[in-house]
Amino acid sequence: MTDIAPGLIPADARNAAREVRKRKLQAFLFVTPLLVFVIFAFVAPITTMLYRSIHNPTVANLIPDTLVALGDWSGEEIPDDTVLIQFAADMKRMANDRTSGQLADEINRALPGMSSVVKSTARSLRRVDDTEIATNGAALLIEANDRWADPATWSAVKAAGQAYSTSYYLTSVDLERGPDGNIVQRDTQIYVKLYTKTLRMALIITVLTILLGYPLAFYMAHASDSMANFLMVFVLLPFWTSLLVRTTAWIALLQTNGVVNSTLLAIGITDQPLELLYTQFSTILAMTHILLPFMVLPLYAVMRGIDQSYMRAAMSMGSKPLGAWYKIYLPMSLPGLSAGALLVFIISVGYYITPALVGGTDGQMISNIIAFHMQQSNNWELAAALGSLLLVLILVLYWLFDRFVGTDNIKLG
Amino acid sequence: MKKHLTLLAALALTASPLAAQDLTVTSFGGAYGAAQKEHMIDPFVAETGMNILFEDYGGGIAEMKAQVEAGNIQWDVVDVEVIDLERACSEGYLEIIDQSVLPAGDDGTPAAEDFIPDALANECGVGNIVWSIVFAYNTENGPGPQTIADFFDTEAFPGKRGLRKRPQVNMEWALIADGVAPEDVYEVLSTDEGQAQAFAKLDTIKEDIVWYDSWSQAPVLLNDGGAQMVQSANGRIFAAIQEGSPFAIGWDSHVYDLDVWAIMRGTPNMDAAMEFIKFATQTVPLSGMQDVAYGPTRASAQALLPESVKQDLPTAHLDKGLKADGIFWADFGESLGEKFNEWLLQ
Amino acid sequence: MKQFPEYFTLWHIAGHYALRVFAFLVLFFLMMPILVMMPLSFNAEPFFTFTEGMLSLDPDAYSLRWYQEIVDDQKWRLAIWNSFVVGIAAAFIATTLGTLAAVGLASPWMPYKRLITALLLSPMIVPLIIIAAGMFFFYTQFNLVGTYTGLIIAHAALGVPFVIITVTATLSGFDRTLFVAGLSLGASPVKVFWDVVIPLIRPGVISGGLFAFVTSFDEVVLVLFLAGPEQRTIPRQMFSGLREQINPTILAVATLLVVLSAALLFTLEFLRRRSVRMGGAG
Repeated sequence: MTDIAPGLIPADARNAAREVRKRKLQAFLFVTPLLVFVIFAFVAPITTMLYRSIHNPTVANLIPDTLVALGDWSGEEIPDDTVLIQFAADMKRMANDRTSGQLADEINRALPGMSSVVKSTARSLRRVDDTEIATNGAALLIEANDRWADPATWSAVKAAGQAYSTSYYLTSVDLERGPDGNIVQRDTQIYVKLYTKTLRMALIITVLTILLGYPLAFYMAHASDSMANFLMVFVLLPFWTSLLVRTTAWIALLQTNGVVNSTLLAIGITDQPLELLYTQFSTILAMTHILLPFMVLPLYAVMRGIDQSYMRAAMSMGSKPLGAWYKIYLPMSLPGLSAGALLVFIISVGYYITPALVGGTDGQMISNIIAFHMQQSNNWELAAALGSLLLVLILVLYWLFDRFVGTDNIKLG
Repeated sequence: MKKHLTLLAALALTASPLAAQDLTVTSFGGAYGAAQKEHMIDPFVAETGMNILFEDYGGGIAEMKAQVEAGNIQWDVVDVEVIDLERACSEGYLEIIDQSVLPAGDDGTPAAEDFIPDALANECGVGNIVWSIVFAYNTENGPGPQTIADFFDTEAFPGKRGLRKRPQVNMEWALIADGVAPEDVYEVLSTDEGQAQAFAKLDTIKEDIVWYDSWSQAPVLLNDGGAQMVQSANGRIFAAIQEGSPFAIGWDSHVYDLDVWAIMRGTPNMDAAMEFIKFATQTVPLSGMQDVAYGPTRASAQALLPESVKQDLPTAHLDKGLKADGIFWADFGESLGEKFNEWLLQ
Repeated sequence: MKQFPEYFTLWHIAGHYALRVFAFLVLFFLMMPILVMMPLSFNAEPFFTFTEGMLSLDPDAYSLRWYQEIVDDQKWRLAIWNSFVVGIAAAFIATTLGTLAAVGLASPWMPYKRLITALLLSPMIVPLIIIAAGMFFFYTQFNLVGTYTGLIIAHAALGVPFVIITVTATLSGFDRTLFVAGLSLGASPVKVFWDVVIPLIRPGVISGGLFAFVTSFDEVVLVLFLAGPEQRTIPRQMFSGLREQINPTILAVATLLVVLSAALLFTLEFLRRRSVRMGGAG
């Protein structure tokens, strides 16, 4: 700070530095209210989600005493009777508070098939006398289900009891920890495939929007002002129209008895209605439609600023139009193209609503499976882990965007 | 401009035209929801003056679980299929209902005797209807399937099959179509081999399945040609037939079940919720469920039904049916649900 | 007939027309779904397709019954009300805080400008499903799930980037000497801010506010996760309608929304032109 203005006497330099600090503080104070708001409303939730993906205290809270008793268990054979009795007592308590279902869900995730074991055991211990459990709990437990005599079961209980774990991340890349602690492939491979499919669909959509959007933007950019303004309405109106409205429109068009099928039937192209809706095809089509303006608008903005005389000069000297376009125009329109392409790609990777409504089963993307784990299977930790991976992916893309395009270049309308 | 906005915001937040809701009741919508609205909700509103928000959901326990685990109860009363009830109750998402306060039937029979035994079998719910999951087809497309085996036979009966996207009932049907005796279905399904067998059978028609999320979609699919045959709650098809749709119901291996009214655990409106259930499960409101061919759960309400209606009720076809096993699904709903979804995505 | 340069061959000219045809086809693709959908909302039958009568322009085949249904249905009325309440409140918060922040960010003295800008713009980039999941986990701890407050806060956060972008754009065309001139005439910075800065950036503020409003008005993922039955908005009601029972009521709502977005589009265009006239950048 002392070299703000070399040659000043130290007192003036200090004053200048103080003034700079004051102005910095002033500027910062303007931003502070929003910063505080965004941190509470947005940053903290995202952080909570990241935390949730490795932190799940459900089992640790449900059966703390059993877990303590399991602490020095060797892992080789059935745990001591004290552990079993403690667990039987915990089960009875949970059966009566009706929390045994939560335990069943959690242990089932560590060892599939345990859900019914835990629940039926809880049911059979529910009305047993406390003193009976204190003396005979271990036998009752094994009598209720002999899987309680299997050390693998207890490994699962112990694993589920860990409040912090990376197992959800393993699951979200189709891996799991085998019985010997090694990381192995899961039996069913879905999430990696789903990420790949999501990226592939996003790529297809991006390419389609380029193929459709580039010529349109080119035409509009070099049409007369009044023509361009007029045509712009047809780009902006869909852009401003609710996403749900546009998805609804596609459902009306593509359903079995919809407009497209009735037209095809009427003009005799097909004699059977085609299955268009609830497919990957309909998802890609509707998303291309919805995201096309995001491609056209940045392209148009850049192309509008390109002087066409270079192209004309090249062509008047005998260059073929495509050659001239490739050598001269394309490089100049590249900033718009990369902005549009990255924008469309980033948005499509995280898309949820359109695949959910028109995607059927094979049009589902990664966001839909996150929603599924949030709302249907209630495996919130797995949803958080899958979401965190998606977030990392998006941030990498955002970083690329910032690097090559610059966030200052985001324009609206 | 700021002043205007402030004013608008203040107005918006204080002057809602719709009074606060006293009770949120959630059920399955469609024709069934319409019957409940006519015979249960509207009369209750007329009598008590309470403000009721009548919501739809697609069934299952996930939404209840999310509300209870997040500590944020948004529904008060909910219509639950018994296939989900045991699980919802044992996992603590529903309140335990004091069945002794239920009013006697209109003919004076005490509630405990008037209700059929299954209706009060679970402490978390009060039986509302006896209904059934059947298959149905559009008669305009020629002869339809007569048995569940036909339903799985894509050569003899080509075309799309609409099934509700969940393992329940689909797994049972797959095993029956594969030759498992109905009385052994749940036993077989509790083994890994049995589950694999069911998925293998479902694999044979996987390409031809249209999955839907909510019962109200089944008649829509049949109507607009999205599917040639569907799995459906019998009342939805019955209602569509009443309106002139060319549908037919197949009763072979139908899976019959009850629906109950239940109360979300931790609801702030416990008293109003209980008042509603007491009202809705009286003789006359229950008998109104015949509009959609669902059998009432009180003997006194059954007595009010005309003979002509009884043929269309599940109770007339119990010999061909299978009782949905709530306890089985309480134990296996979670694990089979996960397997089912992995199977779907394969 | 358009004049082409003399070096143009027949192929060039053909290419020119091919480009024009292609551009119009793409525009057709953009508009067609919306244009096809709108007349379907006047269908007298409960179908999503054109009936014979509609094609032969029989007046009896058209009706306003689905519009009547919106008016009669308590759920739609509640949804419309909620959409406006939440949208206006969220836009108000986003615009107030966002405008202040944009003024701070425009200052050459602003520390960590790049980092803070990226942070404030990030709600626009992070997928909604991630935001929704995170907010569901976090807001639950404050009992904000299923409340108007929670939904308004969530939507305000989504609207912030749009306000920052539009107001910053107006400020970049703002002549800072006006500020200095105001101060040199003896006015306090606050007075200069209100009397000089705000009137000049007003078009940017209003369009930022409109963007924030539309963002909230159109948003459904956060509503799915954070709203209770009492906070259902129009898109949420449409979402469940599309998932469960499709009937032309949804088309009627959709048609009304298209009309609304057209109105908003023209308002924004008007503001942009005014802003250009006043020397700022839109």
